[in-house]
Amino acid sequence: MRAESYGARLLTAADRLLYSAVRHGEAQLSRPPSRGVRGFGVPCERARKAIGSEMALYWQVALRGFRRYATYRAATFAGVFTNTIFGFLRAYVMIALYAGRGSIGGFDLRDTLTYTFVTQGMLMVVYIWNWWEIALTIRSGDIVTDFARPLNYQLYWLAQDVGRATYHAIFRGIPPFVIGAVVFSLRLPAHPWTWLFFLLSMYLAVAVSFAFRFMLNLSAFWLFDYRGIGSIAAAVWTFLSGFAVPIALFPGTLQTVARALPFAAFVNTPVEIFLEKQQGWALLGALAYQLGWALALLAAGRLALSAAERKVVVQGG
Amino acid sequence: MAIVEVEDLRKTFSVTRPRTGARGPLALLLRERREVRAVDGVSFRIEPGEMVGYIGPNGAGKSTTIKMLTGILVPSGGLVRVAGLEPSRRRVELARRIGIVFGQRTQLWWDLPLCDSFDLLRYIYKVPAERFRANLAAYVELLELGPLLDTPVRQLSLGQRMRGDLTAALLHDPEVLYLDEPTIGLDVVVKERIRSFLAQLNRERGVTVLLTTHDMDDIERLCSRMIVIDHGRLIYDGSLEAMKDRFGGERVLVIDLEEAAPPVEVPGTRVVKVDGPRQWLRFRRADTTAAEVVAAVAARARLRDLTIEEPEIEDIVRRIYSGAAAPIDTH
Ligand SMILES: Nc1ncnc2c1ncn2[C@@H]1O[C@H](COP(=O)(O)OP(=O)(O)OP(=O)(O)O)[C@@H](O)[C@H]1O
Ligand SMILES: [Mg+2]
Repeated sequence: MRAESYGARLLTAADRLLYSAVRHGEAQLSRPPSRGVRGFGVPCERARKAIGSEMALYWQVALRGFRRYATYRAATFAGVFTNTIFGFLRAYVMIALYAGRGSIGGFDLRDTLTYTFVTQGMLMVVYIWNWWEIALTIRSGDIVTDFARPLNYQLYWLAQDVGRATYHAIFRGIPPFVIGAVVFSLRLPAHPWTWLFFLLSMYLAVAVSFAFRFMLNLSAFWLFDYRGIGSIAAAVWTFLSGFAVPIALFPGTLQTVARALPFAAFVNTPVEIFLEKQQGWALLGALAYQLGWALALLAAGRLALSAAERKVVVQGG
Repeated sequence: MAIVEVEDLRKTFSVTRPRTGARGPLALLLRERREVRAVDGVSFRIEPGEMVGYIGPNGAGKSTTIKMLTGILVPSGGLVRVAGLEPSRRRVELARRIGIVFGQRTQLWWDLPLCDSFDLLRYIYKVPAERFRANLAAYVELLELGPLLDTPVRQLSLGQRMRGDLTAALLHDPEVLYLDEPTIGLDVVVKERIRSFLAQLNRERGVTVLLTTHDMDDIERLCSRMIVIDHGRLIYDGSLEAMKDRFGGERVLVIDLEEAAPPVEVPGTRVVKVDGPRQWLRFRRADTTAAEVVAAVAARARLRDLTIEEPEIEDIVRRIYSGAAAPIDTH
């Protein structure tokens, strides 16, 4: 699809009329209505409208987050290729490890291979490595344009990230998994409901990982070399999220610790839900664990943001 | 009542850098802290509907002032009030009432078509649909953006993008518009289009505009008042005419005589150059008028032709800048 038509796709029919009117419009600068007129009415109705319009705003932001990434098709294709190749590499290592063994930590070979390909698919969804969009705007000073708007800055980026994650789930997540499923006959959920819980868990994983990435990016306000702690974080996440090795295969104490820390919520929890390792209350517990960490870390990010705003030194002229 | 009030405004940045003389790994350890007073006690008031040029040499503190006026930067001292609000405390509330263009940055979504960014602003600022439609129609027409609405922002030229950013800053009917170098890097045609647009906006909508620029034509064309700062301090606040009188009062009368002659002597003037029958007489507005000088010359010599050279505003500004050099760094 050509770039020109993107604009058209987002617009509703009414909007399109609006824009066509625009192109033949008469240039007059009428005075704005006086400010007092806006927003009267019953308080609770006003509140409902306000909430509705906030939701409409963040929905629109999420849409754009999705479409921003949709413009880079070649990158998507190359990414799918790489993720799939690495999926195969990891799969063959696991096959070699399992030679002659039935099950390790409750995971048989088929579980482990499925785990491998689901994590390969989730890699970009939770964006484990190198997400520096906010840090770059802090470094360049472009952040002033975001700060100059009447928005909740954290929610604004969260909404964008949800849009982005949705794009990555569809275009970077599904293809490697499907290829893996065909080649290695992976395990698919037995209960149809599992798909729904997995989806929920995946979005919670996005929220937790976003909350972390948000804070890591904000560190650019204070630290010149924010990428330094970024690479430490990436190493920790790769391991403790269960990306490299399923947490079920960790030895005793380490496993207990890893399951309490927030990192497992990035990758391990959704994949275990996909594999139906968690059922009933345990399943709800797993989702609550993700939700709890998401809220706690978003709250921490909010504090970090207000600290940054107070001391902010926006760079550049 | 003034819509922008600034009183004794200050902003100090503290920067660290290697101690002078320290090199290599030592430079990492031996760092010294230094205070930069970017804005150092500036006061002014702007009334609704005014269009004010805010000028000064590079590093004078213009952008820093604008950031404090929007609430993005917290002042180190002094008072700021915009539309009755204290910007750094009520940033979000104030953001609904002001518009900003940073000429070197963009608030548009780089990868998406221009109209996508505009459309989102409707949601961000909660602009009523009819109002949004009317505004967009007017700006698109005046800034000739129609054919560009479906173009991704990254494919726009600088001038096209700047027109897009101007529109984006205005869709929510701001009362105050801050423009930080809106004509930087633009060709004369686009500059002119932007200037006439701003003039119309100010005339028909009564939007208050504070404009930063290094192009004195912007000021001459648009601003009845200018505020000049240097090293974070205010050095001039008044009309362009008054500034010419005060800082650039020197005009030059160029006369062509019938034949070469010794320098003409007219009280209040001095001949600065003679080239055959042509002579250059410099005089100050404060001392005498052009009419008097011409009359005096005509009484003393046979005139064939004459022209009066007004001082270039660029020259005046250059002289103000170079004359007001005071060190700002404290150790
Ligand atoms: N984030 C910062 N940290 C340290 N010093 C800064 C910072 N931002 C600005 N300064 C200093 O403050 C002073 C004023 O900078 P400012 O950007 O306000 O100048 P300006 O008048 O906009 O200049 P220009 O015309 O070049 O855009 C400069 O000396 C600059 O070095
Ligand atoms: Mg500047």
